[in-house]
Amino acid sequence: MPRLRKTTERAPAAPGRLAVRKTYKLYVNGAFPRSESGRSYPVTSADGRHLANAALASRKDARDAVVAARKAFGGWSGRTAYNRGQILYRVAEMLEGRAAQFADELLAAEGGTRAKAEELVAAAIDRWVYYAGWTDKIVQVVGNANPVSGPYFNQSTPEPTGVVAVFAPQDAPLLGLVSVIAPVIAAGSTAVVVTSERAPLPAVTLAEVLATSDLPGGVVNILTGRVPELAPHLAAHADVNALDLTGTGDLARELEETAAATLKRVLRPREDEDWTADPGLSRITPFLETKTVWHPVGV
Amino acid sequence: MADQIFEYAPAPESRSVVSIDPSYELFIDGAFTPASGDERITTLNPADEEPLAEVAVATSADVDRAVAAARRAFDEVWGPMPGAERGKYLFRIARIIQERSRELAVLESLDNGKPIKETRDVDLPLAAAHFFYYAGWADKLPHAGLGPDPRPLGVAAQVIPWNFPLLMLAWKIAPALATGNTVVLKPAETTPLTALAFARICQEAELPPGVVNILTGAGATGRALVAHPGTDKVAFTGSTEVGREIARAVAGTGRRLTLELGGKGANIVFDDAAIDQAVEGIVTGIFFNQGHVCCAGSRLLVQESIADELLERLKARVERLRLGDPLDKNTDIGAINSAAQLARIRDLARAGAEEQAVGWSPACELPERGYWFPPTVFTGVSQAHRIAREEIFGPVLSVLTFRTPDEAIAKANNTPYGLSAGVWTEKGSRMLWAANRLRAGVIWSNTFNKFDPASPFGGYKESGYGREGGRHGLEAYVNA
Repeated sequence: MPRLRKTTERAPAAPGRLAVRKTYKLYVNGAFPRSESGRSYPVTSADGRHLANAALASRKDARDAVVAARKAFGGWSGRTAYNRGQILYRVAEMLEGRAAQFADELLAAEGGTRAKAEELVAAAIDRWVYYAGWTDKIVQVVGNANPVSGPYFNQSTPEPTGVVAVFAPQDAPLLGLVSVIAPVIAAGSTAVVVTSERAPLPAVTLAEVLATSDLPGGVVNILTGRVPELAPHLAAHADVNALDLTGTGDLARELEETAAATLKRVLRPREDEDWTADPGLSRITPFLETKTVWHPVGV
Repeated sequence: MADQIFEYAPAPESRSVVSIDPSYELFIDGAFTPASGDERITTLNPADEEPLAEVAVATSADVDRAVAAARRAFDEVWGPMPGAERGKYLFRIARIIQERSRELAVLESLDNGKPIKETRDVDLPLAAAHFFYYAGWADKLPHAGLGPDPRPLGVAAQVIPWNFPLLMLAWKIAPALATGNTVVLKPAETTPLTALAFARICQEAELPPGVVNILTGAGATGRALVAHPGTDKVAFTGSTEVGREIARAVAGTGRRLTLELGGKGANIVFDDAAIDQAVEGIVTGIFFNQGHVCCAGSRLLVQESIADELLERLKARVERLRLGDPLDKNTDIGAINSAAQLARIRDLARAGAEEQAVGWSPACELPERGYWFPPTVFTGVSQAHRIAREEIFGPVLSVLTFRTPDEAIAKANNTPYGLSAGVWTEKGSRMLWAANRLRAGVIWSNTFNKFDPASPFGGYKESGYGREGGRHGLEAYVNA
């Protein structure tokens, strides 16, 4: 099991103490591998200070992540909705415990005031709680019985679509990140997430939270790296069922074209997304399939 | 035994209940208007290869005109109209379809080749019911669970296939109009006539001009329509290949898209199934509509312990199917829709034989003229065979066996498609277990090929996305 870093680790170093610099890893299949490419890249703060090195994921890492997500899908989607809700709520509890660390990371990445950073962290944790509460309501809200003209039981229920490649927003490294991951897994799909390239550290910390939570390995896989390098491969991958193109910027059109070859479900980027607004079901339903079951009624 | 059974006497439906014009123009802005080009298509009766009529081929200039008419109608009339009023137009249309259903059924059977029994008892009642169903939604959209004020998208470009021409038209047009959109619809190249009859129904219903526009043509017309930047929504039913092409064309434009594509449905028969019912379901699953059904149960997965008995009964049942004149009320299997489709079915059936699967067809006389293919059952099929992987879209069943329930599910899901599946078992818990695990949009348990306007239909994976029918079908045509 990966070990938790204590939140105090980022406290100012004692005078004269040499800081321990960090090179982070990917989060794939519940473990923390380095990129198979051996590459990493420097992450800097809003004002240009070196913060840490992050792994620079390769297409092979993306492929491994898809394999992990596919392997995890059967078990995760097969859990009861109540159990998924319990696990997600437990993640929210752990996020709360890391609030100060997330605020530090946001402040470093985005600049601005500490109060603003704390506000965004609070909103992110609340967003996670919001989706934890959706797990066992989606089927009731989105599914229904159908009054067909004949002696048949007929019912439509939503099911998770499968493996979703999620491109997290580039400019909302925590609230945006949880806002795109949580709805995918709340409904039972599994995710391969490509983080903000510039500000990946909140995602790295989220990975550490997920790794020590009850979330099964492979349900969320987190790749730090470059969208232009990873996205074309994920958009073409035949074992990826859907794409959330939120963080892909100018590449979105090309990726949607690539996705057409395997008829992936595609959530297109929206202009001027307000991450603080109530998302409703808008990020859940794009990754659902509707299954309709018929059975005759008779003695 | 056989000599004690009376032969069926011919029971032909009258062709004279329908009059077909020698030639049809495009239906744009409420009127039939000539195409800007000279090209025409001749539509044939596939049962005897006799020409039925000529239809215009819409050019891209005609597509421009139709989209402009639809836009005008959307902006000025149909969009602003209260839902209750829109609904009443749809109720009118539904009623007219019912009133003229005999005529339309004959017309459909002539143009498509499908048996009158099916057009009369399935296509027409369902088409009318679809308009009735969505008519009632028009003034109740805030209750559909799609937000407090669902808004129409605008102009919908719709392209439909030849296997259920009028029914697919209803699936496309009824929800689009109910939600306040206007449409430009292209019927299939080989089956344009009921769509043109529908254009006249729109006139009879006094539907405002431009709300429904019908453009006949072939692939080029369809491509021009789905690529048209003046449309807000594309809806397509047809092959997965064309679906990919359309998804590429729509990518990056921000226009909405729903696709109902191919399938390779698994029909799973467990050892405790009621065998005679299962046999009926297998026959319905693959031979209904000559197998020209995207959700056909084209892969039979039968538990090994009952395979011999089931196949024996299945063959005995298939031997009783009557193939021939689509207008004969006793006909079970009509004509293959076109020469091109017949060639594809023959090609895949040949591939089945070449890959060492064992083909069987009943002794059955095929008419001399027209496009015909006998009901065919392939046994000894493995998952790698082309006939187990590719959509044949014809009366050809591939039989595979399994030993355990897990193996059945694994084989059923081993396909890029995910449109339909069937489960035959008398054990409720097993039925629900299987239904949960099958990755397909429609699961028929102890039944097959049932459709209803209230029941959402559509696929997982490469069978497309979006649903048609039911409350879910509204979502494809609104901004929530």
